[in-house]
Amino acid sequence: MNLSQDHLAVRTTCAYCGVGCGVKATPRADGGFDIAGDADHPANAGRLCVKGSALGETIGLEGRLLYPQLREQGALRRASWDEALDRVADKWQSIIAEHGPDAVAFYVSGQLLTEDYYVANKLMKGYIGSANIDTNSRLCMSSAVAAHKRAFGEDVVPVCYDDLELADMIVLVGSNAAWCHPILFQRIARIREQRPGVKLVVIDPRRTATCELADLHLPVKPGTDVWLFNGLLNYLAKRGAANAAFVATHTLGLDDALAVADLEPEAVAKACKLNLDDLLGFYESFAATEKVITGFSMGVNQSSAGTDKANSIINCHLLTGRIGKPGMGPFSLTGQPNAMGGREVGGLANMLAAHLDIDKAAHREAVQTFWASPRIADKPGLKAVDLFQAIEAGRVKAVWIIATNPIVSLPDADQARRALQKCELVVASDIVQDTDTNAFAHVLLPALGWGEKDGTVTNSERRISRQRAFLPAPGEARADWRILAQFAQRMGYAGFDYESPQQIFAEHARLTAFRNTPQELPRVLDIGGLAKLGAAAYDALEPVQWPLKAEDESQQGSARLFGDGHFSHPDGRARFIAAAPRLPVNERDEDYPFALNTGRVRDQWHTMTRTGRAPKLSEHIPESFVDMHPQDALLSGVREGELARVTTQWGAMVARVQHGGGIARGSVFIPIHWNGQTASDARVGALVNPAVCPVSGEPEFKHTPVRVERFPVKWHGFILSRADVNLGGVAHWTRAQGRGFARYELAGRNSIEDFGLWAKSLLGVNGDDADWLEYADRSEGMYRAVHIVDDRIEQCIFVSSRPDLPARSWLAGLFGKEMLDDADRAGLLAGRAIAQGEDAGPAVCSCFGVGRNTICGAIREQDLKSVAQVTACVKAGGNCGSCVPELKKLLAETLAEAAAES
Amino acid sequence: MKPALVVVGNGMAGMRTVEELLKFDPRHYDITVFGAEPHGNYNRILLSPVLAGEKTVDDIMLNTREWYEHHGITLHAGDPVERIDRKRRVVRARSGREVRYDRLLLATGSRPFIIPVPGHKLPGVIAFRDIKDVETMLEAARNHRHAVIIGGGLLGLEAANGLQRQGMDVTVVHVTDALMNQQLDKPAAQLLQKALEGKGLRFMLEAQTSEIVGEDRVRAVRFKDGSEIPADLVVMTAGVRPNIALAQQSGLHCERAIVVDDTLQTYDPRVYAVGECVQHRSATFGLVAPIWEQARVCAAHLAGAGHRRYVQQACATRLKVTGVELYSAGDFIGGEDSEDLVLRDARRGVYKRLVLRGNRIAGAVLYGDVQDGPWYFDLIQKRTDISSMRSHLLFGQALCAQAA
Repeated sequence: MNLSQDHLAVRTTCAYCGVGCGVKATPRADGGFDIAGDADHPANAGRLCVKGSALGETIGLEGRLLYPQLREQGALRRASWDEALDRVADKWQSIIAEHGPDAVAFYVSGQLLTEDYYVANKLMKGYIGSANIDTNSRLCMSSAVAAHKRAFGEDVVPVCYDDLELADMIVLVGSNAAWCHPILFQRIARIREQRPGVKLVVIDPRRTATCELADLHLPVKPGTDVWLFNGLLNYLAKRGAANAAFVATHTLGLDDALAVADLEPEAVAKACKLNLDDLLGFYESFAATEKVITGFSMGVNQSSAGTDKANSIINCHLLTGRIGKPGMGPFSLTGQPNAMGGREVGGLANMLAAHLDIDKAAHREAVQTFWASPRIADKPGLKAVDLFQAIEAGRVKAVWIIATNPIVSLPDADQARRALQKCELVVASDIVQDTDTNAFAHVLLPALGWGEKDGTVTNSERRISRQRAFLPAPGEARADWRILAQFAQRMGYAGFDYESPQQIFAEHARLTAFRNTPQELPRVLDIGGLAKLGAAAYDALEPVQWPLKAEDESQQGSARLFGDGHFSHPDGRARFIAAAPRLPVNERDEDYPFALNTGRVRDQWHTMTRTGRAPKLSEHIPESFVDMHPQDALLSGVREGELARVTTQWGAMVARVQHGGGIARGSVFIPIHWNGQTASDARVGALVNPAVCPVSGEPEFKHTPVRVERFPVKWHGFILSRADVNLGGVAHWTRAQGRGFARYELAGRNSIEDFGLWAKSLLGVNGDDADWLEYADRSEGMYRAVHIVDDRIEQCIFVSSRPDLPARSWLAGLFGKEMLDDADRAGLLAGRAIAQGEDAGPAVCSCFGVGRNTICGAIREQDLKSVAQVTACVKAGGNCGSCVPELKKLLAETLAEAAAES
Repeated sequence: MKPALVVVGNGMAGMRTVEELLKFDPRHYDITVFGAEPHGNYNRILLSPVLAGEKTVDDIMLNTREWYEHHGITLHAGDPVERIDRKRRVVRARSGREVRYDRLLLATGSRPFIIPVPGHKLPGVIAFRDIKDVETMLEAARNHRHAVIIGGGLLGLEAANGLQRQGMDVTVVHVTDALMNQQLDKPAAQLLQKALEGKGLRFMLEAQTSEIVGEDRVRAVRFKDGSEIPADLVVMTAGVRPNIALAQQSGLHCERAIVVDDTLQTYDPRVYAVGECVQHRSATFGLVAPIWEQARVCAAHLAGAGHRRYVQQACATRLKVTGVELYSAGDFIGGEDSEDLVLRDARRGVYKRLVLRGNRIAGAVLYGDVQDGPWYFDLIQKRTDISSMRSHLLFGQALCAQAA
């Protein structure tokens, strides 16, 4: 009998990065869902990265926020929707009445669907009359937006993913695509297999996983990208590589740009701390290769010179006319699933809607007319960092935070915390009950999560895809657009009587086409062709790239833009931007001698509220770390594997020291994901300086001066426990989700008198008759205990005065057993199988759970020479391929070791 | 004519020495053996299984009368020696029999310590030392109900187990707060107690016996605090004393026991001694391993080979108390200058403790899982530096080998 559930599969879009991969969710008989790549989606053609593959592990209801709640006398209580929304509406009305519309604000998210974003923006700018709506996209790609607007006259990404496959050279700047945009990176990797001549150049201060596949890695000094690209502009101009006809006909401002770019390669190499030959190699290749894509991401955007960095890149493409044609162009790789969609509907404080500008009266008039709204914001609102400063200063008295976690993710995050502590009314719409931010909310509103919500997102290549629901709404959770519309109606506003996301989408589509003629308010963004979709057509909408004008008969959308040399500035010409290079705002000094760089790790996403639930994703990197050069560690008095306190002028945190081998002296790297829910003290946001790019308002996440010191502890330990453990009294802890258990890494500064008593009280084990195994070597400060309930392992705790604890993997595996056998039991306190069986080592391939030792062993014993052979042998790398760079590295290392030994 | 060797004591130590001697030179001596018990030589250690009904007396015989005949040894069983005339080099037995010797081997063993409380001579108050005691106990088990064991050492627990197996209601009375304090540390003792309680034995610890009550037979045991428990049989297992009366009477130098040198010779060059009755460099002996070594050394000197020297070595005790495996060796109590490695798995009945001193194992107590006992014992004896395997040590040899 054929039990295929295929016909029940729902096609949707991944919840994570801006690649926007299509996902197929197929119900299983057990109530779960099989998650697979959608073979028909053009972004990924069926492939998914490890995060996307694990989406099915993240849709359970544990920890979900399911009912509206109100905080009274410090404690939350359940409330009805009516009561909660009335409370918010009353408060907003009184604040607006007393202090004006700029005293309230929305802080929203690139996780929202376009329809949600549209309603929030319309409500704020057209009805409340303020532009105080900003988004976490401000922290992500607002510099790219600003650069696009300056260069092209509109926030338009001119290229598409297929161009990556048509290019002869791909330059990735400030992008660890191997980890952050894995499917795009896999496309690059595959095309290089087919066409080995395609060059890959990676420009990044760190030697990331992305560099493992690169022909050339330029480890620029942090913050010096503008020198590099100004130098390139100068080199191209002097080498005669300019496309004079294109420049003359379609651009303005080259002379000014060249005037500030007068840098010889020698000077660039010095400023950027690069090897001159490598630099010239890059310049020559760039000059000689017509089909070049320059992909850029957070390493460019998250800078106090972020907009200039992006423009210095775009300048080089304008000079060579390499834009709008197949296989070439500047390419902003966005971080969030719907950063682009948010931009389309104006979800940033300095935009209006549908690519219309807030500072132009004709634009304001057009939008207000279209909305028939009572008012229209006439000046930009507060950008993210300014917004939270205004909240702390008391100028903004009510903030509604939707689908984001600013106390973790904003720079100077302790300031954000102070702001929310002082704020009169904090409303949080979220899908999770406990977050660092929700702890300060006066009103908690349950929203729909991925798999439940319904609407559209736009990816990095302007492709609009449907996110479709395949799960019922849990508890009393509601879609964000519905919450906002119901709130708007309580505020007494007409124009929010939506009944479906399709109605909102249609309105948005009409607005993009509104007065969008060459004679009126021409914009590239025009999806008038989608305005007439009925409910059924909207449901069935296939991924399509904008623009898609109503009069476009093919209705195919546009793969690439500006091919005709016509840009969005009124004169149709693109602009060179004179970007004078400047250093980061806060420079290193004696007290803070290292530059902190922040970023993602491969298997986690943002503040881990979703990826943190997937055991598969916790295995790769289970806790926060500070990656630094061994020499810097030595100077700072810290050692690999031990804890360090990392301090800046703004805040401090604790992380484990790591020598990843990819970081130059003078810099350290800390991941962004860990927060108050997953660790005692690991919010890197608290360290980040609040300097922003003056043009885009994007913060300088990639450069904060820091100091690293020992974090002395008396003992180290870990707990694996089926139930969550309250570790309030422990100096340092991190939580990672395992399969059937929570894993805690611990360290303490207290002396423990009676280990047994202490451990039992920590783990909540009562009574002498508990099945409790223990091992103690008191004078070494070593203690181990395991708690068994009904022949299953319930909890275990391992403590040592030195960080020499056994690997967690064998013990972790026991949580999957319904009954421990004698051999298991004998090994419990040793933390490993006592009979045979090898330690697989830390997980490298999360998909197949293949450990480092297994891989290195296979390489040595089977004499493997290529990643393909490794995959054939131990499966690692055979699914998502995210670990292929690491496999390459392991292969190289192992072969080098073998060569050295022989 | 061959020189005469007289052996006083037909127990394990004496006969082992004779066996070792025969290996050297089966025709060196005319050998005469006197024994107090009316049997051949048997394995005293196995009396417990006999009491428990797991073995018969025949099963535990080491040397039958045929064996003595076969080797031309004259055996006088049931006829204890009462006098030694060292001038004339003659021993005289209770029967009046006198035998002249050229060499004399004393292997008189030890006698049980009977606590001299009032009533200790009442019928029904016995020790647990020989086949006769076992027979008495079996007899009591058939006709009586309440047994009280005074002394919670190894022997006491074996007696308790045996009597319980024979259907008696058994209480073990022990003067300190932990059973088997010679072989176990307190946690192990508590585990053992719990395990034995689980099998139905009762324990009274820190209990001081003040009197054994009864008229023509024991009826009860009374304690210092005035309380009483019923007793139809009292077994005293409160330790043993070296049996040196004969040696002392004959003027051999004795302290706690008969003092011997490294050749097991006493102060009289014609007289040797082995076993529980000897004192070698202030130590006395109760376990079988050092006594076997004494027998080997002593036999070499009796045979005139003279090339062996007795050297004391750390001892390991591997015991099986009523189905519970125990192993202890060396200094398992430790002190200020020692460190402990401890492992407990109460549910599985496992407790292990190693006492370390200066990166070497000084002692070990293993309870429930004794598999690695010999390995630890070896490490103790070789004084192996264990610092490199310290963190794996207590998990056993297999893991240490794996981790190395």
